[in-house]
Amino acid sequence: MAYSDKVIDHYNEPRNVGSFDKNDDAVGTGLVGAPECGDVMKLQIKVENDQIVDAKFKTFGCGSAIASSSLATEWVKGKSIDEAMSIQNTEIVEELSLPPVKIHCSVLAEDAIKAAISDYKSRNNSETAEG
Amino acid sequence: MKQPIYLDYNATTPTDPRVVEAMLPFFTEIYGNAASRNHSFGWTAEEGVSKARNIIGEAIGATGKEIVFTSGATESDNMAVLGVAEFYHEKGKHIITSPIEHKAVVDPCQALEQKGYEITFLDVDEHGRIDLKQLEASIREDTVLVSLMAGNNEIGTLNPLTEIGQMTRERGVLFHCDATQGVGKIPIDVEAMNIDLLSMTAHKIYGPKGIGALYVRRKKPRVRITPIMFGGGHERGFRSGTLNVPGIVGFGKAIELAMEEISSEAERQIGLRQHLYKRLTDELDYVFLNGHPTERLPNNLNLSFGYVEGESLMMGISEIAVSSGSACTSASLEPSYVLRSMGVGDDLAHSSVRFGFGRYTTMEEVNYAADKVIGAVKRLREMSPLYEMVQEGVDLSKVTWTSH
Ligand SMILES: Cc1ncc(COP(=O)(O)O)c(C=O)c1O
Ligand code: FES
Repeated sequence: MAYSDKVIDHYNEPRNVGSFDKNDDAVGTGLVGAPECGDVMKLQIKVENDQIVDAKFKTFGCGSAIASSSLATEWVKGKSIDEAMSIQNTEIVEELSLPPVKIHCSVLAEDAIKAAISDYKSRNNSETAEG
Repeated sequence: MKQPIYLDYNATTPTDPRVVEAMLPFFTEIYGNAASRNHSFGWTAEEGVSKARNIIGEAIGATGKEIVFTSGATESDNMAVLGVAEFYHEKGKHIITSPIEHKAVVDPCQALEQKGYEITFLDVDEHGRIDLKQLEASIREDTVLVSLMAGNNEIGTLNPLTEIGQMTRERGVLFHCDATQGVGKIPIDVEAMNIDLLSMTAHKIYGPKGIGALYVRRKKPRVRITPIMFGGGHERGFRSGTLNVPGIVGFGKAIELAMEEISSEAERQIGLRQHLYKRLTDELDYVFLNGHPTERLPNNLNLSFGYVEGESLMMGISEIAVSSGSACTSASLEPSYVLRSMGVGDDLAHSSVRFGFGRYTTMEEVNYAADKVIGAVKRLREMSPLYEMVQEGVDLSKVTWTSH
């Protein structure tokens, strides 16, 4: 498998690797994929006033999966939650020049963003409901 | 030290320069058709073929007359399975094999299944070993063939050939052995082991690609097969087609060289294998051996590095050529069927890497590879959500995953 320069770049120097405290209310955590499928992504966002101010990821998966999630963290940073919700996997495919067999890696990254946002929303909504 | 470092000798090997040298005259000077009986061009080509045939026969305890040249082990396997099935179909339509055979055996068996044959795939244990009792119980009146390999190409596990051969001989069933990974590396003797058909290929033993052979026993019992290739009636009618004379000569030279140092090379490569295994397990946690701890090919080490995906690991050690059972390296997105059949979980199958050692592998290369693998695994674990969860004490089997 030949990798695109951008995939290699993200693989060699992944952006925003790490973790936030998942119990922090400002944090939304998305954990998608399954070890049996060979890919698991954890993507976390930190939100202030509906703006994503920071993001982190950890990925178990192929180089394209690592690159897709690394890119996803770069893209969500500075975006509003609504803007981040509209990120499409096809944009990731295009940016990283992923071949067809690696498209599911980008789908996973899109899912991870959505899962992180939905986690953030659910914990903040239930807060207000309870409050 | 030259880079990249080749540690994929189970896939193929470079052709030994001494083999190339032996082959060269057969391209330009001794170029006759070995089947041409009425001029010296044909005779000298046939002499080269005949010499190689005898060396190859001897290397497995057979005679040159029992060697049928093919294009490689894939063809030999197909020929053995399909050829026996067809020829003996009146005796029965039952074949016994294992799920971890090479696809060149599994696929023809499955093709036969479609045509009304019955195939028993024996169970293999967590080391990839078959159970002799189950084999014995599986042999029936209508069983015509048992096909079991010498050493597995992915996980290196060896089969107990002597015991299998004894059983098949007693029960009057033919025994085909795909010895592609074994020939020239471990002792193989078709007489002592009662093997009736045996597949081999030159490119795994420093010979050229595209040339192989099928041993077909001539007596006690005389084995018959229906050919899958028809034409000029070469190779006693078993396999038509003009002989690949340079390839055959190279195959002969390659096997001669391999046999000269079979035991010293096995010992040396086991040393390299143990060294790599020790370094990796000393310096990393969650490293799992795939295959049998001792009953394995001298030149094969297959490991799973927990919580690290195989393709990403290979990408991190790009100066080292290895292979992986990870689905992400295959177009089908299915992890290794061999590891699956042994009950290795899909998560660990995705994390598997095969290291293959060979004639030109040095300790310096092995140490370099160890350094690189250790570095890459550590780096990828820092990035692995699974490793992080395990460190936090999470039981991964209890997590609800969103598989897609
Ligand atoms: C066990 C086994 N059988 C068969 C084959 C096929 O050999 P060939 O490449 O000569 O067709 C291989 C090699 O890939 C092998 O390892
Ligand atoms: S994670 Fe398997 S192909 Fe990308």
